[in-house]
Amino acid sequence: MSLARTPAMTTVRVSAIRGAGATATRLMEMGVIEGAEVCVLGRAPLGDPMHVRLGDWELSLRSCDAELVDVRPA
Amino acid sequence: MTPTPTAPSRPPVVALVGNPNAGKSTLFNALTGYHRHSANYPGVTVDVGRGPLRGSAHPIELLDVPGTYSLAAASPDEMLVCDLLHGRMADHAPPDAIVAVLDASNLPRNLYLLSQLLELGRPMVAALNMSDVARKRGIDIDAQRLAERLNMAVVPIVATDESTLPPLRRAIEQSLNQEASRVRADLPEPLVAEARRLAREGGSGLSKTECLRALLDRDGATPQLFTRGGGKSAALDEARQRLAAAGVDGAPAEIRARYAWIHRLIAEVVQRTAVTRGVWSARVDRWLTHRLFGAVFLFLVLAVLFQSIFRWADPLMGLIDEQLIGSFRQVARSALGEGLLGSLVADGVIAGVGGVLVFLPQIIILFALIAILEDCGYMARAAFMMDRLMGLLGLSGRSFIPLLSSFACAVPAIMGTRVIADRRERFITIMIAPFMSCSARLPVYVLMIGAFVPRADYLGGLLTLPGLVMLGMYAVGVLAAIPAAWLLRSTALRGGSSAFLLELPAYKLPRLRAVWQRVYFASRGFVIRAGTVIFAASVLIWALGYFPRSAATEEAARAAAVADGAPAEDIDRIVAGALLRDSALGRIGRFIEPAVAPLGWDWRIGIAAVASFPAREVVVATLGIVFNLGDEEDEESPALRTALADARNEATGAPLFTLPVALSLMVFFALCAQCASTLAVIGRETRSWTWPVVSFAGMTLVAYAGAWLIAAAARALGW
Repeated sequence: MSLARTPAMTTVRVSAIRGAGATATRLMEMGVIEGAEVCVLGRAPLGDPMHVRLGDWELSLRSCDAELVDVRPA
Repeated sequence: MTPTPTAPSRPPVVALVGNPNAGKSTLFNALTGYHRHSANYPGVTVDVGRGPLRGSAHPIELLDVPGTYSLAAASPDEMLVCDLLHGRMADHAPPDAIVAVLDASNLPRNLYLLSQLLELGRPMVAALNMSDVARKRGIDIDAQRLAERLNMAVVPIVATDESTLPPLRRAIEQSLNQEASRVRADLPEPLVAEARRLAREGGSGLSKTECLRALLDRDGATPQLFTRGGGKSAALDEARQRLAAAGVDGAPAEIRARYAWIHRLIAEVVQRTAVTRGVWSARVDRWLTHRLFGAVFLFLVLAVLFQSIFRWADPLMGLIDEQLIGSFRQVARSALGEGLLGSLVADGVIAGVGGVLVFLPQIIILFALIAILEDCGYMARAAFMMDRLMGLLGLSGRSFIPLLSSFACAVPAIMGTRVIADRRERFITIMIAPFMSCSARLPVYVLMIGAFVPRADYLGGLLTLPGLVMLGMYAVGVLAAIPAAWLLRSTALRGGSSAFLLELPAYKLPRLRAVWQRVYFASRGFVIRAGTVIFAASVLIWALGYFPRSAATEEAARAAAVADGAPAEDIDRIVAGALLRDSALGRIGRFIEPAVAPLGWDWRIGIAAVASFPAREVVVATLGIVFNLGDEEDEESPALRTALADARNEATGAPLFTLPVALSLMVFFALCAQCASTLAVIGRETRSWTWPVVSFAGMTLVAYAGAWLIAAAARALGW
């Protein structure tokens, strides 16, 4: 399952990051790596981007970028 | 490594480096007492701040650099940090020591940057900022243990609390006499070996740490530095191939290895006594980014922002205009007389510079509101909510903040685009930012609307016609920016959409001091500009309008007026008009008249528009000068507004300023690139001459077309 399709207020665990492009790399540098816990808090009023919590901080990212992140139930 | 010897003439330099929102700039301000802007939005710090460390025995200079998540630079801001830390900046040696500013409430991500800083081999101090927040959230950090593990001083601090800072000051002083920590995050062995080999045999002159980046950041700037330094790109490719063969998948392998090291470290030094995250902040966010309420609230914030420009600033502006500038002019006139000097000071300098200073209250209010929104953390939410809309233009939420501050002034806004990593996105933002109606356009709007738009109320006074026209002028700029962005996106700046990764920092109360600093710097810049550029332009326009002043023209005009039987009180005005017509300014004006005639303008309006190209604020001063106010104005003289309403077309005698003419002048100013500072900053930020030229030519063309269209439409509607 990809992070992009995770419903709001759900906590998941990152299982893989796809690719090694600039976005995937920056996501990993920010701590979105295998095993990290991500909680989807919600979405912007127009449906995109997403608002997630990563450990102790919060990040917004577009659904298309969240497609790079594979997750499994925490 | 031994501490870098420092020349006695230069104090040692210590750089504060940290993630965005780690409180770096706040700490810098506290340590130096130096007024330095900081904001609660990722990467607002532009340029490098400098200041002396207060309370140290020997002089030490602190550097405040932009926030960054990694030394694998993605944005121009991050590249600046890397260049500075590696000593690649022309006027900065590499810092003698580094203070890693860590957000204690969010340690793992902050330690990622620290693990990279270690490899620079400089003496370091770790400042555990927001240690109070961390404690409140149940994050218990053993600073002593962390210091042992990292082999450097680790000082828990609260940047906003002065009493927590003396130990950090001492640690910074001591670090300069200490050896750099030899602790390193364990990277995959083949990676370290290849980096070492490249540094030794690559011939690029780059350090091992830089070679590591050249190896891993394929799309970054370091591989170019490697080849430019004399390294062979074949050597890079071969090293990458050997890594792939050894099963090391480039950057992801590096990042996983660093986080593995970090998690081992965290397990040793951090105890979680409770898992309470920013509950207050999350609760606020549930409303402020809510599907419906979030959008409504954002609309209200923007409405208040724009309303404030007109409603709150207006009385203050009137006060400055009438009380201050009016009386200055009178004093100057009575002291210096009616001659050359009196005219220069009263009509040129005071009218010109003063006409611009009137807008200081607006600048202050607008910058204060934007600073408050940034400092409390709302601006990042606004960017988050606007991302989808900005995406339609090929931009992202990151562009929203520079574009919003463009309504105050495009110059700081364009500098603020440095946080945008994607070049195309950044350039489009830079190119459309000048379309947002900045505060310098207001003089024209206020003047024209006040004089020529009839007062009419709708919805029981909730909407007024002047208010709607004003709103329309702001909309014209925004509406022009949309096709402009689309055009750039489908021609010169073609490309797919880029990523949008934005930290949403926890809400906090805005700090008065941070807001004040922001407002202070903006106002100071504005006043300095008024004192230099506008001053020079005012004097130049005055001189062009005053010379050549031939006695023959004056006599002829006076004789003709008397012969026509003009009333005595009008003769001076007629003579002044004749002199202006004959001046250098008048000749230029009549030369360009055919170009502006289709807009319904005469040569005097044309002159005002042309004279405003260096800085659009000049227009009010120029209109004042060319419509003969300068020579007449005293306490009872009609305001500029009335003078414009009384102005006649020289050929037909019909009123010169009709509603179509007033509208076309406003639209022209809304769309035209009349600002030398903006063009200069576009050139500096894009590092090219092409973009400012494109901006100037494009906007002038659009402005002319827009002005013609609105004039034609208004005439067709019979206004």
